[in-house]
Amino acid sequence: MVNRVLTGSRYGMRDWMVQRVTAVIMSVYTVILLVVVLGGVPISYAVWKDLFTQGWMRVATLLFAASLAWHLWVGVRNVLMDYIKPDGLRLTLQVVVLLTIAAYLGWTMQILWR
Amino acid sequence: MRIMSSATAKKNRPQYLNLQALLFEIRLPLPARVSILHRISGVLLFVAMVWLLWMLDRSLSSEAAFEAIRRYAGLLPVKIVLLVLIWAYCHHFCAGIRHLLLDFHKGIDLASARASSWAVFAVSLALTAWLGAKLW
Repeated sequence: MVNRVLTGSRYGMRDWMVQRVTAVIMSVYTVILLVVVLGGVPISYAVWKDLFTQGWMRVATLLFAASLAWHLWVGVRNVLMDYIKPDGLRLTLQVVVLLTIAAYLGWTMQILWR
Repeated sequence: MRIMSSATAKKNRPQYLNLQALLFEIRLPLPARVSILHRISGVLLFVAMVWLLWMLDRSLSSEAAFEAIRRYAGLLPVKIVLLVLIWAYCHHFCAGIRHLLLDFHKGIDLASARASSWAVFAVSLALTAWLGAKLW
C-alpha cells in the first residue's frame, strides 16, 4: 500500500510536461517582447499604451500570464514539498501560494482590459 | 542487545545538512550550482511579481503615472533590484533551456553537462549585462 500524502505530488508526468510546455510559450513571448520593446521606437506612454491595447498583444500577454501561473504553481509546490516538512504548514502555504497566483492572474487581466 | 543499542547511540553520524555546511563546507559541482540558482531565481521572481505587476499597472494607467514609474525606475536602489531580477530571469531562462536539452538526452555525459553549465552562466551573465546597460 502506497502511503498517499494529501499535500504530496500526484502523477508527476503531467506536471513535468506542463512545466516544459508553459516554459516554451513564455520563452516565445519573452523574445517577442524584447524585439518589440528594444527594437522599435523609444518607449513613451503613447507607444507603451498602444502596444498593450492591441488585440494580439493582449492575447499574447494573457497566454504568457496563464502559462506563468501554471508554471509557478508546479515550481513553487515542488519547492514547498522539498523544504516544508510539517503537513499542516505545507498545506497552508500551498493554499496561500494558490490564492496569490489567482490574484496575480486576475490583476493581470484587469490591467490588460481596462 | 544492550551492547548493540549503546553502540548505535554512540556512533556519531556526520550531520551535513546544516546551514553552515550548505554554505561553506559542501563544494557544489558546477551543474549543482546552476540547479540551485535555477530554484532560487524562480522563487525570487515569484516573490517579486507583485512589485513588477504594480509597476506595469501604474505605467499603463495614465501618462503622469507612466512618467512617475519611469522616474521611480531611475532610482539607484530600484535599478539594482531590477538588475537582480533581470539576472534571475536570464538565469532561469538559460538553465531552463539547458533542462529542455537534457530532457532530449542532449549533453547528459559529465563533460557536456559541465560545459553547458558554464554556458548557462556565461550567456545569462552576458544577457544581464546587455539588458542592464539598456536599463542604465
